[in-house]
Formats: sequence, C-alpha cells, structure tokens
Amino acid sequence: MSGKEIEVVQNIHDENDRIAQEVNKKLNDAGVFVINVMGAPGAGKTSSIISIIQNNPDKQFYVIEGDIESDIDAVKLQELGIDTIQINTNGACHLDAPVIQSSLQGLKIDKPGILFIENIGNLVCPAEFQIGEHIKMLICSAAEGSDKPYKYPLAFEKADLILLTKCDLKEFVDFDDDFFYKGIRALNKTTPIFEVNAKNGQGFGEVTAWLKENNLT
Amino acid sequence: MHEYGITQQIIQIASNQAKENDALIVTRITLVVGEYSGFIGHSIQMYFDVISKGTLCEGAILEVEHVKAKWRCPVCKIDFIRKPLSFACPECGQDGEPTKIGKEFYVKSIEIET
Repeated sequence: MSGKEIEVVQNIHDENDRIAQEVNKKLNDAGVFVINVMGAPGAGKTSSIISIIQNNPDKQFYVIEGDIESDIDAVKLQELGIDTIQINTNGACHLDAPVIQSSLQGLKIDKPGILFIENIGNLVCPAEFQIGEHIKMLICSAAEGSDKPYKYPLAFEKADLILLTKCDLKEFVDFDDDFFYKGIRALNKTTPIFEVNAKNGQGFGEVTAWLKENNLT
Repeated sequence: MHEYGITQQIIQIASNQAKENDALIVTRITLVVGEYSGFIGHSIQMYFDVISKGTLCEGAILEVEHVKAKWRCPVCKIDFIRKPLSFACPECGQDGEPTKIGKEFYVKSIEIET
C-alpha cells in the first residue's frame, strides 16, 4: 500500500444546502414565501406568529411547528384555524433541510401565502442551517436581556427581520436599549427591528406594514 | 444530537473522495472548523468513531483545525479577535464588522492508502 494526501475543500453543509434550495424552489413555485422563525425557548415565537397572522386576516398562512417534544403550539395554532403541522425532533436542537423536505408531504398547500417555520427554541444552531427559507426572522424577548447580540452574534448577523418581544418588560429587567441596538448594528447594519408586545398587539401594525412594503402580505 | 448528521456528511464526503481515488482505506481526515460554525470537534470525534465503522473511514484519524472568529474594523481595516461583550476595535474603539473568518466548516483534505 502507498499513502497520499488528497485536497478536498468541500463544505460539510453542501448536501443540506442543496436540499434547502430544492425546498425553497418548490415552495417559491407554489407562491409561498418562507420565513424561518428563530429564537430562544420562551422568546415568544408562537405568539408573534399568531399576532402577525391575526393582523393579516385576508392572507393565507401555513405553519410548520418545530419542537423537541409536544404538540402544544401546533394545537394552539390549529384551534385558531391556521394550517399547521408539527415536527418533533426528539432531541435534535435545530431543524435542517431534509427534515423540512420530508415534512412538506404532510402540509397541504393549495394557495399562495406565507409559511412560517418555527425552529427549535435555541439561539445557536438554527442560525447555522438553511431550511429553504426566503428570510430569517429572529425573535428576542426583552426578558432575555440586552446582551444577547454579543453572546449569540451569528443569529443577529443572519437575521433579516428582528422582533424584540415583551417590550413592556424592559423597565423591569433593566433593559439597556443603547447596548442592545449598538450590538445589533455592529453585526447587521440594515435589518429592521420592531419592538412588539403580543399581549396587547403593540408593534405588530408596524411589522405588518413592513411585510406589505416588501409585498409579502 | 447536533453533530450526528454532520458526522455522517463528513464520512460521506471523505468516502466519495476515497472511492474516486481508488483508496483501500482513509487514514486521516482534516476538517477546518470555525468558532462560529457551531460545531465541536470532540463531539464529531465521538460520533465519528461509531458511524465510521464498516466504512472506508473506519479507524481514520480525525484532525480538526480550529479558526477563531475575527471582526474587521471599518476605520483601521484590521482584522481582530473581539473581547467578550464588545465588538470594539482594539486600536480605535470603533465597532468592527463580522467577517467570514471563523465561519469555516469544511473537509480540507484526506489521506488515503491505495
């Protein structure tokens, strides 16, 4: 036997990214705009999705709910009449493109609209995997603290839209606006940031206006 | 769970390259893993030892080259490693911008026996 070294230089995400492109094309061709919803557990991902949908009653929405376990969020959405399917990853900390590709078989898409894919509650791994989305929407709650852009920079860098949820709690958690916004702007100069409160609907009108400006609703 | 699927991809990439080069076995796989790739070399190694069994990669040494993330100062034009809870340039204090350095995640090379 003789040994030799072979240069490879191949991205390990190539296969995932190829499938993500297939998913995106399939949905795009069906007139469906895909939003990958990322955020920590309890940030308010599901509540934000519901608020956006309720602000746009004439628009068709679909939701794929990703959770490690349980169907609590999917049931909540289905009870509101929203076309929703549940994915349970049984331990995996993020969704990837193959999981979304196979789950699409369970989602009946018969009209153009918006598909929210609610990723697993986690501020790290979901930012690393494309799942067929057009944009990534990052949900970050005031209660998590204003240092999150500095601790989880990739999620903020990659976000196309950021919602700061539970903004009524800012005064109770010593939320430092300047520090928070300065951190985001170092990472991401252009992404829009909306302060919202799903309890009373504050801020979701502005989110809806942004979606309309971008021809999404 | 995070590294399991990724380790399968690494073995797939290395095995495909090995077959194209008529290898009998793969003796070494070198990965380049950036700080913000989100992957941990030790975890990949743990899964690798299990998943590679029965493949051309069984028994291969997995070598990981780590890359620290760097920011670029828009004023000084230098690349720097940031301090915790700050993106400030160490020279002028201006916030730096993210770069691609530290996001690498690829199979750099393999060593094979033919």
